[in-house]
Amino acid sequence: MTDIATMPQPVSFGRRLKRFMADRPLIPLIILLIILVAILQVLRPGIVNERWIANTAKFAIPLAILAGCQTMTMLTGGIDLSVGTVATMSAFIMATQIVNQDPAVAFLLAMLPAVLIGFVNGIGVGVFRVHPLIMTLGTSLIGTGFLQVYQRTVIASGAKIPDFLNWLGIGLTYGFPNALFLFVPVAVLIVFMLNRTGFGRLLYAVGDNERAARLSGVRYWQVITALYVLSSLLAGITGLLYIGLIKAPSLSLAEPLVLPSVAAAVIGGTSIFGGRGGYTGTIVGALILTVLTTLLTILQMPEGGRRILFGFIVLFVTAAYLRIIEDR
Amino acid sequence: MTTNPLPQSPLLDATGVAKNYGAVAALRNASLSVLPGEVHALMGANGAGKSTLVKILTGAIKADAGRILIRGQQLDVRTPAAARRAGLLPVYQEPSLIPDLDVLSNLRLTGTPVEPFRAWVRELGIPDLDIRETARHVPLAILRVLDLARALAVEPDVLLLDEMTAALPANLAEKVLEVVRRQGDAGRSVIFISHRFVEISALCDRATVLRDGATVGVVDIEPGIEERIVEMMLGTRIEKTRVAARAANEGAVAGDGRPRLSVRNLQLGTKLNDVSFDLANGEVAGVFALEGQGQDELFAALAGSIRPTGGSIDVDGAPVKFSHPSDAIQAGIAYVPGDRAEALAMQRSVRENIALPFSAAPRKWGPIRMRREQVVVSGAIGRLQIDTRAQGEVQRLSGGNQQKVTIARWIAANARTILCFDPTRGIDVGTKQEIYKLLRELAGQGKSVLFYTSEMEEVQRVCDRVIVIFGGRVVDTFPVEDADEAALMRAAYGLPRGARADVGILAEVKPGSSAEAAS
Repeated sequence: MTDIATMPQPVSFGRRLKRFMADRPLIPLIILLIILVAILQVLRPGIVNERWIANTAKFAIPLAILAGCQTMTMLTGGIDLSVGTVATMSAFIMATQIVNQDPAVAFLLAMLPAVLIGFVNGIGVGVFRVHPLIMTLGTSLIGTGFLQVYQRTVIASGAKIPDFLNWLGIGLTYGFPNALFLFVPVAVLIVFMLNRTGFGRLLYAVGDNERAARLSGVRYWQVITALYVLSSLLAGITGLLYIGLIKAPSLSLAEPLVLPSVAAAVIGGTSIFGGRGGYTGTIVGALILTVLTTLLTILQMPEGGRRILFGFIVLFVTAAYLRIIEDR
Repeated sequence: MTTNPLPQSPLLDATGVAKNYGAVAALRNASLSVLPGEVHALMGANGAGKSTLVKILTGAIKADAGRILIRGQQLDVRTPAAARRAGLLPVYQEPSLIPDLDVLSNLRLTGTPVEPFRAWVRELGIPDLDIRETARHVPLAILRVLDLARALAVEPDVLLLDEMTAALPANLAEKVLEVVRRQGDAGRSVIFISHRFVEISALCDRATVLRDGATVGVVDIEPGIEERIVEMMLGTRIEKTRVAARAANEGAVAGDGRPRLSVRNLQLGTKLNDVSFDLANGEVAGVFALEGQGQDELFAALAGSIRPTGGSIDVDGAPVKFSHPSDAIQAGIAYVPGDRAEALAMQRSVRENIALPFSAAPRKWGPIRMRREQVVVSGAIGRLQIDTRAQGEVQRLSGGNQQKVTIARWIAANARTILCFDPTRGIDVGTKQEIYKLLRELAGQGKSVLFYTSEMEEVQRVCDRVIVIFGGRVVDTFPVEDADEAALMRAAYGLPRGARADVGILAEVKPGSSAEAAS
C-alpha cells in the first residue's frame, strides 16, 4: 500500500488488479465460485435452483467444518489428518449407543474419543514435537482399529439414526437446510476466535515464528494441545451432522472428507507453512470443491476420469490462486 | 622472533585486499605478510575485518581488489579447494566434520591420509580415539582438535587457526599451543587469530593489526607490546576518551537499596563461569565483550531461554528459577534479542506483534478488548515514533522500525527490566539515537536495563556502569566515567586494569601458563 505512494510511475491495469486482489484475497475465490456455478447452469440449464443450492449447502457444510479444523491447525504450521476417523468414531458410537442409552449419555460417549484423540495429538505435537502429519495419521489409524474392536461388541444391538440428527442432517426450514443452525454459529465462532481472541492471535503467532512467540512468554504446548482438542471436538460434531446426512453408519464414514478438507483450506488461501490464512476463505474453498464435484458428476464421466480431472483442477486452482495473492 | 638479518621472502603476501558488501566496505585496504616458519597473529576489534580477510584467503569469498602472492606467485584462490591445493588450510571456530559420518569417512571425504591423522591426534593429547565413532557423538572440544589434526595431516604450508583454543579444556589447549609452536619451528607458517594476549605472547612472532578494514600495523611480539596493539586497534579514537558526566543520570530514581536483579556465581557449561553482578533499579548497565565470550548465554539464562547449570539469580531479593521465558516475563524481565527475525512474527501486523505478550497466558486467551489494546499499543507506537505507514505486515517495515517494534512490545507490557542484546545492530543513526534516548528515559523512570553492545561508544552514550566479560567471566566492572575506549578494549581482551607498567604483563608469561588462561 505504501509502495504506491513511493512509486510515482503509472501502474498497469493488470498490476493494479492483482494488487487489488492481493489485498482482498476473498474476491478471486468468489469469482471462481460464480464461474463454476455459471458453467454448471450452461451445461444443465435450470439445474441451479433453490433445491440445488440447499442440497449443495448440505454437503458443503460438513466439509467446511472439517476444513475449519485444517485451517486452524495449518495456521500453526500443522495439519490434522485424524478428523476423518474422529468424525466416524463419534458418528458410529452415537448411532449404536442411542439404541440403549439416553441421548445425552450417548452424546457424551460419542464425544469422549474425540477429546481423547485430540489430547493425544496435542501432547504428541506440542510436547514431544512429533510432526503433526505423522502424529495425526498415527492416532487416526489407532482410532480406526479401536472402532473395529468396538463394532464387534455392539454388533448385536444394531444401530439407528436419532431423529434429531436426521432433522439436522437433511431437514429444511423455509427452504434453508437445518444444518445451517449448527454451521452459522460454528463459523461465526471460528472467525471471531481467529480474529478477536488471544487464542486466535497465538495460533497465527506460533505458526509465523514460534521462537518469537516463546520469547513473548507463550508456552507452545499449551496452545497446541488446546488447538488439537478443539479441532477434534469440531470433527466429532461434524461426524454427528454427517451421519444425519448419510444415514448409513460405516467404519469409513467420514474418511473420504479428510483430503478434501485439506484442499478446501489450501484453496481458501491458508498457508500450509503457517501464519497466514483465515476461515472465510476456507468456507468458499469448501463450496468450490462441492460445486466442482457436482459439475464432474453431471459430466457423466467414469469415476477414474472424474478423479483425475478433480485432482488437476484442484492443483491448478491452488497454484493460480497462490500466484495471485502472494505476489506483492 | 625473526632474527634472520637477511629479509626472507614471505610465504604468503596479501596486499591491498578490499571487499564491499553493497555500500558497506568490509575490507578497504588489508595486507598480511607471513614469513616461512612464523606464527603470525591476526588481530582486530569486532568488525575490523578479520573474518572477511580469512574468508578471502581461504577462497570462501572473492575479493574485489588486491593481490595475493603465495611463494611469490600470484594465485587466484577462488574456491576452498584451490586454497587447499596452494597449501593454505583453515581451521574454523565451528567444527567442520559432517556430523552423521564417522571420523574415518570424514577423512576419506577430504582425502586426508589416515595414519598421519592418527599420529597427530595422539600428539594432541587424545590417545584413545575410536576412528569409527560417528562425529555427532564426539564431544565438541575433541571435534575441534580433530579438525586441527585433519589440517595438520596434510602438512599445509600455511595453517590458519581461528580462535583455536576457545572451548578447549586446559590440558588440550596446552597440547594445541605446543603443536602450533612446533609447526613454526619446522619451517611452516601459522596465522593465529585470537583474542587472548597471553596465548599470542607465548606463541607468536609478529602480529598484524586490522582496524576498520585496513591493516594499521605489523609489530614484533615483545614484552609490553599489548599496549601498542590496543592503541592500534583503537586508532585515533584513543584521544577522545573522557566522557562528560551524563545529565540523564540525575533523573535516576534511587531504589530501596535492594538490587533489581542479582546474579551470583552463574555457571553455564563451559560458556559462563562464576558470573556475578547486580543490576539496580533506575540503572542502565552495559555489558561489553568481544564476540562469543558468553554474553549470548548470559542473556539467554536471564531471559529464561536456557537453564544455568549453577549459581543463582535473585529478583528483588527473592531467588528465582526460570524454566521458560514466560517465567522471566512474570518476574518483569523482558528480552529483546539482537536478531529481529527472532522476535517478530513477520507476516503479522505491528499491533499484533506489540500486543503478543498480552495473550500469552491461557487466562488471556479469551476475547480481546480491542479498544483498550488499541490505546496501549498506540501509546507504545507513539513513544517510539514507529513509522506505521506499513503496519499491515511487520516485514514491510524498515530494520530500524522493526527493532522499535521489538522494544515497543515491552514498553506496552510495562516490563520493569529490559535485557537489550545489541539492539542497534544494523540500523540507521537516527533510530540509534532514539533508542539511546529511550533507554535513558526508562532508567529515569526507575526501570532497569541490561544493555549488551558490540560498539564501544554506545557504552558511554547509554550506560551508567559497564560489565566486561571475557572468556565466560566478568573480568571487570567500572563506572562509565572510567569506561573510555582504551580501558574497555583492554578489559575486553582480558588485560588487567591499570597495568600500564613498562614491562607489561607479557613479560611474566611463561608458555606453560598460557594454557591455564585459555581454559
